[in-house]
Amino acid sequence: MGAFRLTLVRHLAGAAAGLVALYVLTTSVGPYRDLQIAQAAYLTCAVAGLTVLTGLGGQISLGHGAFMAVGAYTAALVSAHWGWPLAAMLAAAAVVTALAGVLVGAVAARLEGPYLAGATLAFAVGLPGLANYSHLTGLLGGQNGLTVTPPVPPAALGETFPLERWQAWIACAGAVITLFLLANLTGGRFGRTLRAGRDDEIAAALCGLRVARLRIAATVVSAACAGLAGGLLAVVASLAAPGAFPLTLSLQLIAAVIIGGLGTLPGAVWGALILVFVPSWASDAASSSGLSHDVASNLPLAIYGLVLIAVTLAFPRGLQGGLRDIGGAARRRLPPSLRRFAPGGGAPGVPATHRGGADEPTTDQASAPDPDPEGAGGRDDDGGGAGGRGERLRR
Amino acid sequence: MSGGPSQPLELREVTVRFGGLVALEKVSLSAPPGRVTGVIGPNGAGKTTLFNVVCGFVRPRSGEVRWRGRPLVRHRPHRLTRLGIARTLQGLGLFPGLTVLENVMVGADRHARAGLVSGLLALPRADRDDAALRERAMARLDELGVAGEAARRPGELPYGAQKRVALARALVADPDLLLLDEPAAGLSAAEIEELAALIRGLRGGPAVVLVEHHMDLVMGVCDQVVVLDFGRVIAAGPPAEVRDDPAVLDAYLGEEVRDA
Repeated sequence: MGAFRLTLVRHLAGAAAGLVALYVLTTSVGPYRDLQIAQAAYLTCAVAGLTVLTGLGGQISLGHGAFMAVGAYTAALVSAHWGWPLAAMLAAAAVVTALAGVLVGAVAARLEGPYLAGATLAFAVGLPGLANYSHLTGLLGGQNGLTVTPPVPPAALGETFPLERWQAWIACAGAVITLFLLANLTGGRFGRTLRAGRDDEIAAALCGLRVARLRIAATVVSAACAGLAGGLLAVVASLAAPGAFPLTLSLQLIAAVIIGGLGTLPGAVWGALILVFVPSWASDAASSSGLSHDVASNLPLAIYGLVLIAVTLAFPRGLQGGLRDIGGAARRRLPPSLRRFAPGGGAPGVPATHRGGADEPTTDQASAPDPDPEGAGGRDDDGGGAGGRGERLRR
Repeated sequence: MSGGPSQPLELREVTVRFGGLVALEKVSLSAPPGRVTGVIGPNGAGKTTLFNVVCGFVRPRSGEVRWRGRPLVRHRPHRLTRLGIARTLQGLGLFPGLTVLENVMVGADRHARAGLVSGLLALPRADRDDAALRERAMARLDELGVAGEAARRPGELPYGAQKRVALARALVADPDLLLLDEPAAGLSAAEIEELAALIRGLRGGPAVVLVEHHMDLVMGVCDQVVVLDFGRVIAAGPPAEVRDDPAVLDAYLGEEVRDA
């Protein structure tokens, strides 16, 4: 048995492993990469929140960029007007956005499919426009937005400590905490009932679940994550401006959710990494290709698109789902004495989706302490480990 | 039919109309605890509507549903488990994305205590709560002989096993009233035999109301039978009496009984 049976201990161990890996990673690269890691980290927060709502709750949202805008502006405002310290500023970003999530969730819980997509899309298009609304330009700074004083690395880290690395640490801490909390939440009763409501609303109601309320709760959780992401963006970019939250941001977030693997937290990390690193890698490749300027400047977008298409074709259940399939196939080749089975699962008949590791409560309970208790802890950007599963969106 | 604590579910002159169509016309029945009450009738006789009234999906135009001696008014489906009422659905309604065990754990959610905050922080309380639900769910799966399938998805199981899972999910809420909507649909003769044994095993426990087409099952397991035709009760009583009732023979059973 031991302490590792406790979800808290397992997830904390995963978070600690993630933090150590991120420490090693951020200290071994230059400022430019640190900044990219910071971007991937705050996008991880937003994508992880969205994957809970869309993958586990079955509610699509094309408006998460707007939630990020709420978070970023909240952080900028409390820092400029009241001079709140960093942690309080980020907490305010998450809380205020969560409140916005209550409103949006109450509306969204009554909508489905294309209507929900349309409503959240309108939210994404309309909200950043508020900054340009003439009565609010004094408060929100109009098109130029609000500048945020960059955080100062603590003196203990030395005078030459790069700002970018400090920003990366802040963002990574935010991502690890987000993943930790979401892994807790989705691995237990909340995740289970949320998925039940997604799969069959009537049957879920007959089991005593209040499906609409669950969906609102999922929207609030998801909005809080996006708000934190927005706050972190403001800290990393030292700016909260409408241009940072275009409609494409919202669409990129949902694309990242699907590419990474709908409903899985490690998938959210993959999705965020792709969002940040594929375009930058593509533009590096294009600029060093020696092609004419016209071709080279358009190449990154084309490469990005091709990568998205290739990933979607190769891994219909997302990168995380694909990795699990590969892992499951590899495990089946092991000699039987080394395999561990879920209860009652016949040897080869157990599907790959059951192979994920400790996030499966059933696997936990039936087998002896799991040899790989943090299914995803080995990957460097993954703090909280895995929560949900790669389920298809039911619509 | 008198009320009282010994008759938990009582319908009094319930009438439901959809537009001009009379789905139920002054239907009265009672389902005593520990007994199995069958509701039969041809297609469109109003059997499923009757369940929907009890579950709060459909509001009757007149009449009332009494449960534990009190009228059920404005009850909503999600409140049923707390009222001690569980229902299986005609189409099973299992959650395809959840494992069999998780399906049944959702059914036991009425017994869950851990809230959002303890779940968010993964407090040991949430772990204990989940472990208790899992234990309850496993016990029910075990009773119904499908504990071995706990880790699989419902879609991977044969239909008969899925039925058992659905039944386990309804029973795990420890209902006082169990509504079974056409449990025999899609089952083989052998599976129906097993189902009959399961339902007989429930006797002495919750009140069971069974909507069913399959005559052998109804006659084999029910203590009393109510026959609906065009939304009206045309006969009620023990299976043997109902079987020989001329009105029932006319409306519904005639051919089947002669065939048998």
